[in-house]
Amino acid sequence: MSNNPFPLPKEKLLEAYTKMKTIREFEERLHVEFAKGDIPGFVHLYAGEEASGTGIMMHLEDKDRIASTHRGHGHCIAKGVEVEGMMAEIYGKVTGSCRGKGGSMHIADLSKGMMGANGILGAGAPLICGAALASKFRGDGGVGITFFGDGASNQGTVLESMNLAAVWNLPVIFVVENNGYAESTSIDYAVAVDSYIDRAAGFGIPGVTVDGTDFFAVYEAAGEIIKRAREGGGPAFLECKMVRFFGHFEGDAQTYRAKGENEENRANKDCLKIFRSKVAGAGVISEAEMNKIDDEVLARIEASVQKAKKDPLPTAKDLLTDVYVSY
Amino acid sequence: MARNLSMKDAINEALDLEMRRDPTVIIMGEDIAGGAGAQGEEDAWGGVLGVTKGLIGKYGANRVMDTPLSESAYIGAAVGAAACGLRPVAELMFLDFMGVCFDQIFNQAAKFKYMFGGKAQTPVVIRGMVGGGFRAAAQHSQMLTPLFTHIPGLKVVCPSNAYDAKGLLIQSIRDNDPVIFCEHKNLYASMADVPAESYTIPFGEAAIPREGKHVTIVAYGLMVHRALEAAETLSKEKIDVEVVDLRTLSPIDLDTIIESVEKTGHLVAVDEANPRCSIAADVIASVTEHAFKALKSAPKAITAPHTPVPFTPVLEDLYIPSAERIADAVRKQLK
Repeated sequence: MSNNPFPLPKEKLLEAYTKMKTIREFEERLHVEFAKGDIPGFVHLYAGEEASGTGIMMHLEDKDRIASTHRGHGHCIAKGVEVEGMMAEIYGKVTGSCRGKGGSMHIADLSKGMMGANGILGAGAPLICGAALASKFRGDGGVGITFFGDGASNQGTVLESMNLAAVWNLPVIFVVENNGYAESTSIDYAVAVDSYIDRAAGFGIPGVTVDGTDFFAVYEAAGEIIKRAREGGGPAFLECKMVRFFGHFEGDAQTYRAKGENEENRANKDCLKIFRSKVAGAGVISEAEMNKIDDEVLARIEASVQKAKKDPLPTAKDLLTDVYVSY
Repeated sequence: MARNLSMKDAINEALDLEMRRDPTVIIMGEDIAGGAGAQGEEDAWGGVLGVTKGLIGKYGANRVMDTPLSESAYIGAAVGAAACGLRPVAELMFLDFMGVCFDQIFNQAAKFKYMFGGKAQTPVVIRGMVGGGFRAAAQHSQMLTPLFTHIPGLKVVCPSNAYDAKGLLIQSIRDNDPVIFCEHKNLYASMADVPAESYTIPFGEAAIPREGKHVTIVAYGLMVHRALEAAETLSKEKIDVEVVDLRTLSPIDLDTIIESVEKTGHLVAVDEANPRCSIAADVIASVTEHAFKALKSAPKAITAPHTPVPFTPVLEDLYIPSAERIADAVRKQLK
């Protein structure tokens, strides 16, 4: 591939596209299914933000750990959690990733280094400091990535963790996925500094801001700081500026948005469209190849929904299991 | 070989033995070595009351970690490290500080196993001081055990003496669930015979430091000593009291309590916590539910009042249940 201008070989580009497309279709389908009333509880969709999680996670291995957010489906898929188990979990089935006891906000797979979506905003930052501490303690070269939104960027847990990671020189990357809204509240209202890089600098942590709708921008920036952390260079801060295609939660009427904002985001800030046009434009991956992936992804999502709907529910005995290892 | 050891030294010895045995045991907390980054002595404090003194010299700063004053960050880091295979023992100097970092304990550590469908374990110990009598006022003196005991997924331990403290702490470190280990600051200096070697005390097994046949007093922590004092006074009045020391509050040894009440027919539950939803209330409710027919009188709770812990000694002494109050309650039951 001498004519590949990208920092990844074609097979890795295909893998990244497949991940992003899988996240997108997973979320688009949940949007439809949730409206039908078949899915219990709260669902927060990651559609529009795929390039961030995927661009970062393409650098990670199972030994690297991530702490996710309430908007965690994309992080799970990008980290390698099985779509089928996730879908079953969201439907509350015993075959789900958490046997139906976690739901959308708590999907985890520690064997894949996925330390959990988290319903408490900012709570992942201290946890990932611990994961990174464990890696540093063992000397296994693992890094920890904690994701949080622009909303949770104001949590004390995040700010305390930035200081702790700097003091202990932990291999932690703090990733703010800045979609402009803390639920419905604008970042212009709720974050006092103009630049997250300035905030990171206040903790002695290098920061970088990228266009989070551009997979390649995320991939390159993340690669540099992850490599640095792996080699003992300490924590870093990454801001991915992005858009959220849906509301804060499913059912959010989004009346806080400007007129035409969602349409504008879909038309001009769609990270999948941007990725496709770049790789197809460079002649590295053809439209036909990506269309084929699209079909495969759609079929997989369809199958996962059908399976989840048919799968068995937990039974009364499951209510009382797995509270303790022993009691 | 047993030596006469203070509870403070017994706790230090438990940490020492477990750190020697298991290289994944690390300890962290504010000033647990002390003087980090300062010009003076290493291990300047060894914890504010010297409980962890000497450990950094044996195990180094990689395993004895002084933390910034950021309870949410380092308690959360201990929880995260536990989920990733280490066995951290985090010192939360005064467990009153739990308010700052409780999310990492009750929403994170306590729930991982259940919420993730059984596929996680979090073998973390959070240890720290509880209880009154130090004239340390409202934010450094509480007995918050009922708060911790309420949370499914947490285990709660509160030893009354040096022997139990060592065996229960070793058990806590080896245990695969998150444990809140409550050390009564007024018992640090209390002495007991403690074997030099390693031993464990299983959770959910109460002790009976005094056997008797007339009335059962259930207590834990410092209140065990007040109960024993009351029992001694009452013995001169020919009242024969049995004292049950719970040792662990979650799990709780209901069998031993009920067995004792079935023998005596009378129950006084003593708790240094505030009365509403206290351990005492829980014990009385459980006995009433499961052994109502054994009761010859209404069970009585002796607790702190429904107030914050006061500062001035005259008031704090009224706040903490006394041996006299306990003895009076026993006498009233037998009337």
